[in-house]
Amino acid sequence: MSPNLRIAFRFLTAKKRAMLMSLSCTVLGVGLFIVTQATTSGFEQFFIRTILGTDGAMRIEDRMQDTMRSMAASGGSQFQVRQKEGVKYIEGVEQPAAIADAVERYADVRGVSAVLRGNVQVKSSFKTEDAQVFGISLEDHLRVSDLADQIVSGSLQQLGESPSAAVVGRVLADRLQLSTGDSFVISTRAESRRYHVAAIYETGVRDIDKVRVYVSFSEARSLLHKPAGATFIQINLVDPNRAPALAEQMESALGYKVTPWQDREKTWLAVFRALRISSAITVTVFTLIAGLAMFNTLAMIVLEKTKDIAILRSMGYERRDVTQIFLWQAGIVLAIGSAIGALLGAAVTWAVSQVPLPINGIFKTEHFIVTWEPQHYAYAVITAITMVMIASLVPARRAARLEPGDVIRGTAQ
Amino acid sequence: MTPASSASVLSNADGDLALRCSGLHRFLGRDEGRVHVLKGVSFEARRGQVYAIVGPSGCGKSTLLYLLGLLDQPDEGTIEIKGTVMSNTDDLARTAARGEHIGFVFQFHFLMLEFTALENVMMPMRKLGRLSPLAMQERAQSLLESVGLGNKTHRLGTHLSGGEQQRVAVARALANDPAILLADEPTGNLDVKNSSLVFDLLTRLAKERGQAVVLVTHNPDIAQRCDHTRPMRDGVFV
Repeated sequence: MSPNLRIAFRFLTAKKRAMLMSLSCTVLGVGLFIVTQATTSGFEQFFIRTILGTDGAMRIEDRMQDTMRSMAASGGSQFQVRQKEGVKYIEGVEQPAAIADAVERYADVRGVSAVLRGNVQVKSSFKTEDAQVFGISLEDHLRVSDLADQIVSGSLQQLGESPSAAVVGRVLADRLQLSTGDSFVISTRAESRRYHVAAIYETGVRDIDKVRVYVSFSEARSLLHKPAGATFIQINLVDPNRAPALAEQMESALGYKVTPWQDREKTWLAVFRALRISSAITVTVFTLIAGLAMFNTLAMIVLEKTKDIAILRSMGYERRDVTQIFLWQAGIVLAIGSAIGALLGAAVTWAVSQVPLPINGIFKTEHFIVTWEPQHYAYAVITAITMVMIASLVPARRAARLEPGDVIRGTAQ
Repeated sequence: MTPASSASVLSNADGDLALRCSGLHRFLGRDEGRVHVLKGVSFEARRGQVYAIVGPSGCGKSTLLYLLGLLDQPDEGTIEIKGTVMSNTDDLARTAARGEHIGFVFQFHFLMLEFTALENVMMPMRKLGRLSPLAMQERAQSLLESVGLGNKTHRLGTHLSGGEQQRVAVARALANDPAILLADEPTGNLDVKNSSLVFDLLTRLAKERGQAVVLVTHNPDIAQRCDHTRPMRDGVFV
């Protein structure tokens, strides 16, 4: 053990009460930081997982018809300009197979699924509800969604095998009092057809679970009388965080509007961001308190140890040794405080995750959601180090500036 | 002001000369409270000799001692430690010289009370880092035995009497085998028996090791027993 560390340790343990106070503040600061990060980002990440698992990372839908006018300039050069007049908004994707083929060539794309959507009415023997039919190719759609994991009863398999098979959302099924195997009627303006419930799914997103009915893509084409095209193309990515950049690339390459999930869900994401900022403010206040407690402890030790500092200086200890001795004290409190704080944070995070909290609407959960991210612990420790070290520098430097002659003469200011 | 890097090594005709100062001036306080404490003091101390600086309170004895110990800087004049001019060098150079060449004994012991007697004596050695941890411990043990505290090496400073604390302070001052031992009223806070004990110890050990001892005292008996007595008044030797 270095002489400075040894002295620091003794100085600190001699002031047990003050040390325990700053240690407690550091433990609380680190622990609270971890808990707030784990809980705030827990809900946010669960929400993102849910929306990626239902609507994918990106959607290609609709486009503006290009209205380009060629112009010639002297010298033989030609260029094109966009003009507002005559611009036409075209709904849906006209050649889904060709677009899907082009999209699949992007390295980050994990899956592509063309979807045909239409507004319908669903009638059971009990009730009629407005709904939306989603025509999907099961194999493709399972690559862009978590539909397989969202099935709460029945089997998805039939969707690809039987044209009358339909997969109904949990809320819609409850409203119509439908169970797996029950038959019901889907009506469009043109016709009505009978289907049976092959499976019931639950995403946890109420707006989805109460309206979507999945049927096979060919059946939807026939039911909705749309012989060509698709409503949108759903895309899944290896790294969903790359969606905005990729969407921009695709939009200019394909000429279609490409919406990344960050744009699609920006309202909820803004809510989560606000929550994160709010908790960050709370946590900053706590780490500031930890810093202040450390400042207080060290300032007190400096005041009480002026003679010891003078003696150390008279024995050949340099100013930087004195600074080190006080920074070591902060370091010891930080090391112990961070370790205990991390354990406390982990324990409280686990306890919070056990708290029953049924949420259904934007996602479905029965318990408080937390995340276990090593970087939360790293950020907590880094924040504590920054705060405590900044708070320690002032008393440490003050101690180092003491003139031994002045102290021994009794005139130290 | 002379920077440390240019601290010149003066010729030391007499190898026994441990300490020399000449023309020292020191002002203390500010503005209207500014006092001319030392008025051109010159002094020499040789190895193996014990010097007493005596005089009334406020005559500048302690101020001179702190200047000689490089704990303070003179406003004018030079201080040489073992032939090297150290006055007005930078803090780092003066600190290094204190650790290597100077041992201090103060009136109020100034032990570090959270540490044992052994640890207190080892503290200067740990900073100098010349010896291995085991050798440091053995030397500290031996020094404490020589001041009669061999059986109390593991006692905390708080568990030692005033006389014992001052003996530990003497052992600590000798830890790095310094050429100069400076003592500011080393017996001022002790009873007659302990005063005599500490003084005998200080002078015996210093003489055995060939160290120059400069002590400031009010005690005429102690002053009489020194090799040289230098009375001071109003900031000058008389």
